[in-house]
Amino acid sequence: METRTDNSRVLQRTAPVEQRVAAIQQALEARGLPVAQAVEDLEHKAQEEWIPRNGARVVARAWADAAFRERLLANGRSAVMELGLSMPAHHRHLVVLENSPKVQNVICCTLCSCTAFTIIGLPPDWYKDLEYRSRVVRESRTVLREMGLDLAPDVEIRVWDTTADTRYMVLPEQPAHTIGWPESKLADIVTRDAMIGVARL
Amino acid sequence: MDGVHDLGGRQGFGPVRYKIDAQAFHAPWEVKANSLYAFAVRSGMFNMDEYRHAIERMDPRHYLTASYYERSLTSLLTLCVEKGIVPLEELEERAGGEIPLASPSASGRGNAEEREAFKPGDRVRVRLDFVPGHIRMPGYIRGKTGVVVGVSPAYPFPDAHAHGVKADDEPTYDVRFRSEDLWPQGSDSALVHAGVFQSYLEHALENPPP
Repeated sequence: METRTDNSRVLQRTAPVEQRVAAIQQALEARGLPVAQAVEDLEHKAQEEWIPRNGARVVARAWADAAFRERLLANGRSAVMELGLSMPAHHRHLVVLENSPKVQNVICCTLCSCTAFTIIGLPPDWYKDLEYRSRVVRESRTVLREMGLDLAPDVEIRVWDTTADTRYMVLPEQPAHTIGWPESKLADIVTRDAMIGVARL
Repeated sequence: MDGVHDLGGRQGFGPVRYKIDAQAFHAPWEVKANSLYAFAVRSGMFNMDEYRHAIERMDPRHYLTASYYERSLTSLLTLCVEKGIVPLEELEERAGGEIPLASPSASGRGNAEEREAFKPGDRVRVRLDFVPGHIRMPGYIRGKTGVVVGVSPAYPFPDAHAHGVKADDEPTYDVRFRSEDLWPQGSDSALVHAGVFQSYLEHALENPPP
């Protein structure tokens, strides 16, 4: 293990990441654990079930149904379950953050990369990067402008850092021209980035 | 621990590498790594706080250059070795090279001796806690004063849960800070909120401004 302190040698000899993944999978399988089936199941969930369309349906319902919107803002977790959506056991609370013309909410996780991933989808790469995590809490308006959201000076920015197991999602404002649309059509215009809060619709 | 993972407010980073419709995964191994760690958590090999802390314990040089899924994988490998599930030698043999692991864990701690209950509207101060183990208090709120705007159900206390220390579950509070109080003359104006465990908080002494 002496070589671990010698960076040049570590860099030369470190196993490629693909092989490190294969090694742990094989080692767990060799112990009789049902890894292959679980991985297949979880891969399917990550790519097919934990998708932004879930959150888009929630937003569309909130726009179309005032009573649902009230329930969603009061208790996000129980409201999303009404739509047949689920959250992991450790996500015990979902706080839904309502935007208005003068308020823009934006979520982040400075310590790691937590999100309500079963609802708004697994986070994009930039959300997990050092740049977003370090800067969005301190330079929110600048960062949003760099990302294409140039807010008027009188719009208040509210940043929510996911430092506990409470999860957050942004409820974007409904564009005026979509009033009266059916829910499925409304859901089509809701993006993951709007539910993170780095874009407006 | 005040590690490099605690990124909030750090300066010197450039523009966010933003792309509309950016993907969560870029390679098949990332999907697999994500599934393997989730499998391990579901199987009870380790909990989420142990998982997060093993990422925080990575060598800073490795942490800063690894992708998100490589950090996740390193935590999985570290915990499987530390818990005696798979020996490192076997993993390195199967991988055909060295496997960098995180550094050993320091000790954890239980709940604060005196915990106070808070309600929305209360002014609270984040305690000046400096711990060697896991903590979910970002450094930028330490010692700062804010206002409670939300209360969440009780969760396992991370400082204990990541270290196998027995402790009571605690509520967390969404606390609203002014960016001007967090970084005087050094931030864009905003309200910044963090989810803060009960043990990290105390009632602020001063009265709210009129």
